[in-house]
Amino acid sequence: MIKTIVSTELPIDEKFRIRKNVISGTQKGPRLCVVTGTHGDELEGQMVCYELVKTVSENLKFLEGTLEVYPAFNPLGIDTIQRGIPNFDLDMNRIFPGDPLGTMAEQTAYALIEDIKGADMVIDIHSSNLYLRETPQVRINEKTAEKLVPFAEHLGMDFIWVHDAATVLEATLAWSLNVAETPCLVVEMGVGQRINNSMCRRLVNGIFNLMKHLGMWTGKVASPETKPVICQGGSVTFLNAETSGVFLTDLKCGTRVSETETIGMIVDPLQGKMLSRVTSPVSGYMFTIRAYPIVYEGSLMARIFNS
Amino acid sequence: MRVETIFEMTSPYRDSFRIKGFRFGNGEKTLAIAGPMRGDEIQQQYICSQIVRRLTMAEQHGRISEGKSILVIPSCNPFSMNVSRRFWAMDNTDINRMFPGYSQGETTQRIAAAIFSALEGFEYGIQLASYYVPGDFVPHVRMITTGYETLDTAKLFGMKFVSLCKPRPFDTALLNYNWQIWNTKAFSVYAGCTSRIDSTAASETVDAIMRMMQAAKILTKTVTLSPAYEPAVVDESELLHVKASHAGIFYRLKSPGSSIESGDVLAQIIDPYNGQCLSEVKSPADGIVFFAHNQPLVFENGLIFMIRGM
Repeated sequence: MIKTIVSTELPIDEKFRIRKNVISGTQKGPRLCVVTGTHGDELEGQMVCYELVKTVSENLKFLEGTLEVYPAFNPLGIDTIQRGIPNFDLDMNRIFPGDPLGTMAEQTAYALIEDIKGADMVIDIHSSNLYLRETPQVRINEKTAEKLVPFAEHLGMDFIWVHDAATVLEATLAWSLNVAETPCLVVEMGVGQRINNSMCRRLVNGIFNLMKHLGMWTGKVASPETKPVICQGGSVTFLNAETSGVFLTDLKCGTRVSETETIGMIVDPLQGKMLSRVTSPVSGYMFTIRAYPIVYEGSLMARIFNS
Repeated sequence: MRVETIFEMTSPYRDSFRIKGFRFGNGEKTLAIAGPMRGDEIQQQYICSQIVRRLTMAEQHGRISEGKSILVIPSCNPFSMNVSRRFWAMDNTDINRMFPGYSQGETTQRIAAAIFSALEGFEYGIQLASYYVPGDFVPHVRMITTGYETLDTAKLFGMKFVSLCKPRPFDTALLNYNWQIWNTKAFSVYAGCTSRIDSTAASETVDAIMRMMQAAKILTKTVTLSPAYEPAVVDESELLHVKASHAGIFYRLKSPGSSIESGDVLAQIIDPYNGQCLSEVKSPADGIVFFAHNQPLVFENGLIFMIRGM
């Protein structure tokens, strides 16, 4: 059943709507919410939502509980190929839990949180941005790690990154829900503005696996092929560009690299010169690599878990 | 006046990115003024240029107090202004949400770290700022309440209002917040508008900053400035928010600073197809317009006015 959570008028003959699909099983059970599209340039969640809704709708007899799918938290951002909300400065994932008296974006954030609260589990799907390519991973704040890592392991992602707490991250959807005792896992994978079909299918399978663990799916599910690498905060090396230029690499993320191994190089196309060679300072698992080649000093090129 | 380059970074395809500082006087780090961090803060750029001009004259006339130094950074982000982008063009990040910065981090974190390194340690700090919601303010001094805010100093600007706001999680990466935490008496000055020059508001703002410098004895030998106000202190959580009951064309009738009575019509919202008035936006109370939406279109439930009730 399609439900509208937010509906307001836009200036010229159009409604701004945020909708969800509520699929109820034949028997009562847990409530799982799958949300995505907070950043308008992240599209992997669209295929995941499609596959989930299609498969569950066609196999309702296996569902014991309720699946709620929110494909587009930021429909205007998706439509205009913008990460943020058009005409609004702040990242939508920095304004939760919202404010019913604030701007339209803050009112929207408030309405969404209120709608989701009380779910037994929430999966918030992101897919990096235009600049970085990410190994399929789950990100968990260290303050909620003990509770959430055991759930995350069922998703079949390659990597679980337990990261440090930061004050600015207290305004994310995941943090706001977890504070409200609604468990929320954040998934990151792929790259902005593109869909990687095989990654999406893996996550769909992982979500069914988690649903099985939650006791809300009785259908067959393939066991995850890989056991995730789990990273506790503080042991991730960030490789930032030493110089501005064009970053070239032959490597993909999700690979192991050795100390001093060449990750890529930054070049000057005008002079035909290499400006700097990018080498790994550690041995470990490279779970992020730059996708957009133009870099300024400081641009992130890779993240490596020093395993 | 000494001009120095505070930060320089090569660009793959453009001239180098440079942040320049203008230093006046000698001695203790007394006052730092940070100019625009967003590329559309044209009013703020203009005001900074006028402050540099006034301080240059003040220095020539020996009006800078002995043992005190002033730093003005007229632009923290010339690259974005040159290409008409509000944020850092390469990745759309906001330098003013990267403080205190990180010299080994991402590009805008590095820029913020360099700016913060230059601005840190001053007794007073002033940022020419703009708001995250498009609109016009009555010119005022704004302070984040961190426990380190100094209301008495804020009143020295002699602007009509001093506003206080409680920080939200996303505010903890602002320059103003971090400046205060690092023991600078920090103020954001809102100069009416952002992306265009309002010469009246700019002139009032320049005078207010010069007035603060005189009152804090950073400048000697008082010169004539526009009259000071006895500022009203506004707690932003007590501002009355007026929202649009309809979407449509926004026709504003009252501007920031207007005195209004309960029931006064502040704006009309016009049907974009037939020209009929869909709603008259009325003031919920007697007071003063503190903030007003400045775009020609408005969304339903959009925040269009903030009123400071009497």
